[in-house]
Amino acid sequence: MLAIEVISTVFLAAGAFFMITGTAGLLKFPDFYTRLHATGKADTLGQILIIVGCMIYEGFSFITIKLLLVSAFYLLVGPTGTHALIRAAYVTGVPVWKKGDNRM
Amino acid sequence: MREAGRTFSIVLTFCIMFAFWMILTAWTVYLPEPYDIFKVSSRGVLAALIVTFLTYEIFVPNKGKNVLLKIRRFIPYVAWELWQIYLATIDVTKRVFGILPVDPRIIEFDTTLRSDFALVTFANSITLTPGTITIDVDPERGIYIVHAIAKEPADSLTVDQTMQKKVGHVFMEE
Repeated sequence: MLAIEVISTVFLAAGAFFMITGTAGLLKFPDFYTRLHATGKADTLGQILIIVGCMIYEGFSFITIKLLLVSAFYLLVGPTGTHALIRAAYVTGVPVWKKGDNRM
Repeated sequence: MREAGRTFSIVLTFCIMFAFWMILTAWTVYLPEPYDIFKVSSRGVLAALIVTFLTYEIFVPNKGKNVLLKIRRFIPYVAWELWQIYLATIDVTKRVFGILPVDPRIIEFDTTLRSDFALVTFANSITLTPGTITIDVDPERGIYIVHAIAKEPADSLTVDQTMQKKVGHVFMEE
């Protein structure tokens, strides 16, 4: 029982670490497009790790399968949302940051 | 032949919908009662039938060939994609902490992919793999506009083309 708690805590902590990294990238990166890189990618792995941690903690049941479906759904929806945001920005002409420019 | 393809798509959609219903509903609702296969499945069959006749044309398109082979090739691709998600997050973490440089650029390249499923899968895969996000797709000519965060991720799409070959292999469009 202790081993399961330790393993699930490790997964949850790793997931939280990547979520915080994504947020730090959102604050640090220079323009809209690069900020989407940080949030879109780090959050995907972060939520997978958090859900895996929940699955390990819960033990095998049908809730596990539901959690797995939530995770798979996010794999489909996360990139689509990122793509919708970045396309809207590109079409309306948000300027692209080049190396050496000032922060936007 | 066309009729056979339609029957196949109806049966496949029904099986997937019914399995989905069983996973989500049947066990949590009926498990404490004495097990009765007819009572358990009758509502699920009804719900699955309704959904099947509403959506089978979209879910398994009639013109699609070799659907089972494509599904079988898709599973190892998803495993490879999960590994790529891990690499992408490590990559973006390094850029956040300043280990790797941030040098963004927008690139354009064309592919041989034409079908809707292949285009969508490739666009989502670009967004999930290290350092690149799809901005726009031209479905008729297969041209992708991609935002890359540095030079190496852009080169992996335009020069290396591993992922494009993998998607082409899955959907048989080399």
